[in-house]
Amino acid sequence: MSTSSLVNEELQPSPTPAPPRPVFAVAMVGLVFAVVVSLVMVKAVLMLRHFNHDGPVSTTVGVILVVLTLYAWYPAAKALGAGQQRASLLSQDQLVPSRRIAARGREDALIAMGYAAAGLIVALLLIIVLAKDGGVATTFFALHPIRLSFNQVIHAFWINIWVACVSEVLVLILGLVVAIVRMLPGRAGAPLRMIAMVYCDIFRAIPAIVVIMLIVFGLPLTGVRFFQTMPLTWLGIIALTLTYSAYVSEVYRAGLASIHPSQSAAARSLGLSYTQTLRTVLVPQAVRRVIPPLLNDFISLQKDTALLSVAAISEALLVAKLWEAQLFNLSPIALVAAFFIIITIPQARFVDYLIDRDAARRAGK
Amino acid sequence: MAFLEIDGVHKSYGHHEVLKGVTLNVERHEVVCLIGASGSGKSTLLRCVNALEDIQDGVIRIDGDTVTGAGVDLNALRRDVGIVFQSYNLFPHMSVLENIMLAPMRVGGVKKREALERAERLLESVGMEDKAKSYPDMLSGGQQQRVAIVRALAMQPRVMLLDEITAALDPELVGDVLEIVRELAHGGLTMLLATHEMGFAKEVASQVCFLDAGSILERGSAQDIFENPREERTQQFLSRVVKSGRL
Ligand SMILES: Nc1ncnc2c1ncn2[C@@H]1O[C@H](COP(=O)(O)OP(=O)(O)O)[C@@H](O)[C@H]1O
Ligand SMILES: [Mg+2]
Repeated sequence: MSTSSLVNEELQPSPTPAPPRPVFAVAMVGLVFAVVVSLVMVKAVLMLRHFNHDGPVSTTVGVILVVLTLYAWYPAAKALGAGQQRASLLSQDQLVPSRRIAARGREDALIAMGYAAAGLIVALLLIIVLAKDGGVATTFFALHPIRLSFNQVIHAFWINIWVACVSEVLVLILGLVVAIVRMLPGRAGAPLRMIAMVYCDIFRAIPAIVVIMLIVFGLPLTGVRFFQTMPLTWLGIIALTLTYSAYVSEVYRAGLASIHPSQSAAARSLGLSYTQTLRTVLVPQAVRRVIPPLLNDFISLQKDTALLSVAAISEALLVAKLWEAQLFNLSPIALVAAFFIIITIPQARFVDYLIDRDAARRAGK
Repeated sequence: MAFLEIDGVHKSYGHHEVLKGVTLNVERHEVVCLIGASGSGKSTLLRCVNALEDIQDGVIRIDGDTVTGAGVDLNALRRDVGIVFQSYNLFPHMSVLENIMLAPMRVGGVKKREALERAERLLESVGMEDKAKSYPDMLSGGQQQRVAIVRALAMQPRVMLLDEITAALDPELVGDVLEIVRELAHGGLTMLLATHEMGFAKEVASQVCFLDAGSILERGSAQDIFENPREERTQQFLSRVVKSGRL
């Protein structure tokens, strides 16, 4: 019947319908797991109440946590029901409907396990924190030291934020300049290209903490009055800017390289010069593309402002360390960690949002 | 002397010689069509004329001025030579108007008001005045290509190079774009175009050149080339084109 060599019916037989996949066992595992997690959570909540001397807050929180774990029981129960339905449909020889029920049941069972696993992690964390009569809690989250140090630490944290913001602006500029210099065309650009490359190599090689010590302690020792009178914080900003511009220039460079050469050809064919092409066509497109990786580098720069504590710049970590030494308790330092978390999480979500948006745009939405 | 003279041009990418001594003259107000198989060097030749590629040997002159070799003001040359690419190559971060006004303002020294008027007039003449504020991603291929033609025209070039500008378009969009080229041809714009639209080439070309493996194997009027090709390679190429339903 078939006359074309491209089509061979023997190789393309119609498939026999697959039997429904089993449900009952997974559903059972999901249900047992959900029940066990709820029990573990009850244990964790009891520890919490004990630690809090049966206070009303801990009771409320505890009830909420336990109720939340119960949520995993529901899909597990649904999956069990689906298992029974599958069996009865199958006995009536209703293959397709039973397969559909089975697929849905397995999915429900997996959902139950997912919720239960999340509950288990929360419960275990709670148990660890409260173990040894709250040993972890009093080491990291003791309220009294936090209360004492809070004011000074948050004030010092403004220095971190200020240093980060100023450095980021400088890095945006210097990084772009270095990236462009590294792409200068022709023999005329060769010496500058070389210098830019050496700069990148060196400052990506030296650990940030070493750059900070060399610059903050070293520059004033050079005898240049400008550096001797410069506030330490500004020296710290110079150090961070030098370190991060080397990274960021690579990000820009990747962005510029990712623009298709046809864009540059189109611009040049209209008579735009190399510089005009860079400024009006390549850089604007590259910057848009590199915003997510750029923000990632900025998050990392913000964290590295804590390194300035080695150079006696009184940012949050340095202040917190003084309190820690005085109170013999790590909680002020945990407080610094909390501050960094608070400023970083919105930015991380924002990066995710940008990446999703770009993906959606590329998918043609 | 012809307006555009391409004289013994050789072009290689590394060891791969793509143009092997191409000689071709385009008179003022003439429309010359390049045909030839994919990979025969049509795009490369057009890119050389616009100095987007440098050549290893030969000379290209426009209105008597040599445009190849060292010491040529390429940016000045390119003001006179417009090129439209197969893949449109609009700037995606600029609106249609900005795409069109960029070069006249930055390169041509035209005032913003005047550039805007010129852009709007040109858009109107290709039936796209309502898309002035749109971005390229929001346009169909045919619309993007019309904008690309307008963008090149806004520099008021003396010669236009068109590189298979309808090859990437859905069939029903080809007509609109060719209509514009037809109008340009009738208006007397000097053009050198690579195309697979043989019917269209017949209609507008005063000269058709068949490019084969980097050299011009046969040239003549559209009538001669399409009806009585002398070379066997030309005949083969044309019969393949007929088979694919393009003639
Ligand atoms: N940038 C490049 N580098 C190396 N080879 C190229 C490049 N551009 C084109 N070529 C080669 O040159 C030949 C001619 O290409 P092209 O001018 O695009 O042909 P056409 O436009 O006629 O299809 C092809 O063999 C192609 O592989
Ligand atoms: Mg081509």
